[in-house]
Parts: sequence; C-alpha cells; structure tokens
Amino acid sequence: MMDLRELYQDVIIDHNKNPRNFGRPETCDHEAKGNNPLCGDKVTVYLTVANGVIEKVQFEARGCAISVASASMMTELVKGKPLAEARAIFEEFRDVVTRKKDVAPDDLERLDKLAALTGVREFPMRVKCATLPWHTMSAALDESEDEVTTE
Amino acid sequence: MNTTNGAYDVERIRADFPILASKVYDDHKLVYLDNGASAQKPKAVIDSIRHTYEAEYANVHRGVHFMSQKATEAMEGAREKTRDFLGAAEEREIIFVRGATEGINLVATSWGGAKLGPGDEIVLTVMEHHSNIVPWQLIAERTGAVIKVAPIDDAGELIMDEFEKLLGPRTKMVAVTHVSNALGTVVDVATIIRMAHDHGAMTLIDGCQAVPHMAVDVQALDADFYVFSGHKLYGPSGIGVLYGKADLLNAMPPYQGGGEMINTVSFEGSTWAELPFKFEAGTPHIAGAIALGAAIDYVTGIGVERIASHESELLDYATRRLREINSIRLIGTARDKAAIVSFELDGIHPHDVGTILDREGVAVRTGHHCAQPVMDRFDVAATVRASFGLYNTRDEVDALVASLRHVQEIFGP
Repeated sequence: MMDLRELYQDVIIDHNKNPRNFGRPETCDHEAKGNNPLCGDKVTVYLTVANGVIEKVQFEARGCAISVASASMMTELVKGKPLAEARAIFEEFRDVVTRKKDVAPDDLERLDKLAALTGVREFPMRVKCATLPWHTMSAALDESEDEVTTE
Repeated sequence: MNTTNGAYDVERIRADFPILASKVYDDHKLVYLDNGASAQKPKAVIDSIRHTYEAEYANVHRGVHFMSQKATEAMEGAREKTRDFLGAAEEREIIFVRGATEGINLVATSWGGAKLGPGDEIVLTVMEHHSNIVPWQLIAERTGAVIKVAPIDDAGELIMDEFEKLLGPRTKMVAVTHVSNALGTVVDVATIIRMAHDHGAMTLIDGCQAVPHMAVDVQALDADFYVFSGHKLYGPSGIGVLYGKADLLNAMPPYQGGGEMINTVSFEGSTWAELPFKFEAGTPHIAGAIALGAAIDYVTGIGVERIASHESELLDYATRRLREINSIRLIGTARDKAAIVSFELDGIHPHDVGTILDREGVAVRTGHHCAQPVMDRFDVAATVRASFGLYNTRDEVDALVASLRHVQEIFGP
C-alpha cells in the first residue's frame, strides 16, 4: 500500500475532490482542449494574460484523480506568474515526471505543491494523466487550434 | 490436460497456464481478470508454437519437400479443427486472417465493395466494438451506403422491436456482436439472423467474446459470416478466423492480392485460387494457425459447455459480491450475460481504480473498451471491466472485491 499512497497522497485526493479554479470563465483570451484518447480524459484550460502575466486561469476536466489534481494544482501555481516562469515550471515538472531529470530536494522545493505529483514517476502508465493539463495550458498560450492529445 | 469427465478441477486447469503462477509487484499473486482483452495461453498452445518451429516448419502449400508437407498438413489440420469447432459445413469456408478486425474489414471491403450502393443500408447495434463499426463506415463512405444503429435498453439488452423497425428493403447487411465486450450481453443472434434473412439481408456476427464462453454452431445460426480472434480463445495473437458461406465467398472479389491467392498470373490478367486460398494472400501465420488448432483442442478437451457453466457460476458470484460494495454501479445487467462485469465506483475514476487494483495484482481493463458508443449510451467516459476465463476462481473474485474496498479507503468517504 505504501507505493499507492505515494501516488494518491492526501493533497491529490483533496484537489480531485475540490478542484481549485474549476469551471468555464465568462471571458478569457486563451483556451485549449486536451484529450487522452486511451482513457477518454478531457481537459479544457482557459487563460487571461495581461502584460505577459497570467492573470486568470481556470479549467474544466473530466478525468482521473491524477489529471484533475494536476490541473487544479497547475492553476494555483501559475496564476499571477509571468509567462516565462509558468513555462519553466511546466518544463521542469515534465522533465521530472518523465524521468528526463532526477529529483533533487531543491527541485521539490521549487515545484512546491507539484512535489506531491512526482509519485507518478513510479507509474509509467499514468504520467500522461499528470502532464495532459500542462500540455493543454502550453497549447493555449501558443494559441494552438489543434486539440492536444497524449497519443 | 483435463478431460470432459469428472468435476471441473480449476486448480488443475490453472496448472496448465504457466503465467498464472507469476507474482507481480514483489509479492502479489497475479489475478488475471482481463480475459476479454486477451486470454492467457495454456502450455499446449505454447508447446505447439515451439513444436512447429522446432520440428515441422516450412512455407505451406508450395514446396514439394518434406517439411513443407508437414507444415501444410498441420495448418490444414487446424483448419479442420476450426471448421468442426464452429460447426461449418466445409473446410474451405474457414479463412485464416490476422484477427476478427481483419475478418470484418475483409467482408466490408470485398463483399461491401461489390454489393453496396448509394442508399443501401447497413444495420449495426450501439454495442458494437469499434472494429465492427469503423470498417462499415469506411465502406459506406466509398459506396454511399448508410449505417443504421439499433439501440439498447438500460440493462444493455438490444431492443428487438427497435432493431426490427430498422430492417427494410434497402437493408443489405446486418453486422452484430454475439456478446458485447463492454457489457457482457449475450445477443440473440439466431433471431436477428432470421429477421435479417426475412428482409433479404446478409449477416456478419462478431464472435470474439462468444467463442471462449459458449458453443457456437454457424449452420444452426445460419450466419452468413462469423469472425473471431485466436488470442481471446487462449490461442496466439495475430491469427483469427473468418467463416463465410462458400457461395458468398466464391462470389466475392479477392481482398488482398499476392502469392498463394492466385491460380495464374500474367500481365494480361490473373485468375484466383479456389477457397479458402483466394482470401489468404501472402505467407500466413503458419505457427499461429496451428497453435489456434491446439487452443481449440484444449478448450474442447475441457468441454465448452463445462467452461460455460463454470464461468456462469463465477459471474453470479462476482455480481453478488460486487453488489455488496457501496456506491457501485454495474453497467450491463442483461438477463443473458457472458462472464463480464463492467462497473464504476461513485466519484472515483476507473483509471484510478485500475491503478490501485493493479498494484495489488488484480489486472482489469479500464477505459472505453473500444466501445465508445456504449459509454455514451450509459453517460460514462470509462468503466472498470473484469472479464473472466476458464481458469478464474471465486478466490480471485474475492481479491477483486477486497482491492476495490482498498480503493474506497484511499479515496475516503
């Protein structure tokens, strides 16, 4: 059960049950959809950017606890951040969970809340669940018209 | 090897499947409940593949030499076993293909390409696997034919009245699953085939989930085409069967061109081989076909009826035990079901359930089961599916239930 608890930490269960910044905003200026065709997980990310800073970010999702919690934590983390910083967090998070990079204590501190999600490293089939919302946010910032897909 | 005599000795049967002794994630016994996706292989099948390559292998139907003759005899022996297993009239009605998917594509392309025209109708059900939907969509697009879809009720049973209403003078093909892979529903294909024939339509039955669980007789059913995959019947992947009535297959153009399927070839034109070779272009999966024969021997050695009765008891037990769990919703509660249970736990995504079960050794399928229209019908994105085979036990059902309770503990109230 130990390794399962590393994946399903309380903070993840909490974000899944009570996702932050959830729902479709009345207005936004960036929007993208993401889809994991293997499991049917769907996420939409809505962003409002002003002067190079993410002013507002919300999401809607129908998916597993990992994808919903990841999206919820993502919105908390990138809100109020300059675009470059938000992208840097995404890249670091992606590199850590896809094992491109080993996790050092410094990284965990920098990843803040996302540290709880790094347990997904031990569950290769679930990494895409964690990264889908981030790729979707990235596509929204890039104004990509295409739906993001994990496949 | 079990015989048809005596009580159903599931432990002896389990001993025939080497993989079932595996431990997963350190110390968990493998509880394999994903037979609907692919079944494990008995030693008889594994030995058959080894024997072919060690003792009787060469290309088939070509060489005059000893090994070619041995391999050809073994492969044609497997065709005869398959004919007998399906109750077909003639060996030439058994076409070896890569799997059910290729069988359906063959019929849709070859039969459909020749027989379908604008406004002709193909009737499917909402329960079909994607492999019995997409090939028909492709040929409908090419020919201008139209697809009609028969609905199911809340239990997951085909609504026969609604199905019958879809049949008319333009109906040319009725392609229906024998057993739903996502719901377990056993479809009354005998009645469907009779109704289709009354309207002059042809029928294709997807038997993937049926042949491992029940006796099938294509002549008694009067099916025009019947397909199944070897790997779900405890045989290898990459081999499957298309049964077709000889007169229909004879009238159809070839599906793929190449060696083996020709009679004569010249640049002025070629002529086709007789059945079944007309539809078996290229070197076939020789060892796979022979091993499918071994799988059929294995299953019939135990007895299909005895397997059906064992699985039916397991299904009843699993259904009863699962209903004891709070906040579970069973999806697919037809009166006549194969040993497949699909469900969701309230508030917990099937993928989270699948991951937790997996870490405790319980292998189930989570997702849309290549049957997205069924998911839409029940308004779910995905389900958890446990599908049982001839080697599963009550203890394994108990392990599933215990693990589901752990899932609920982790996710809290």
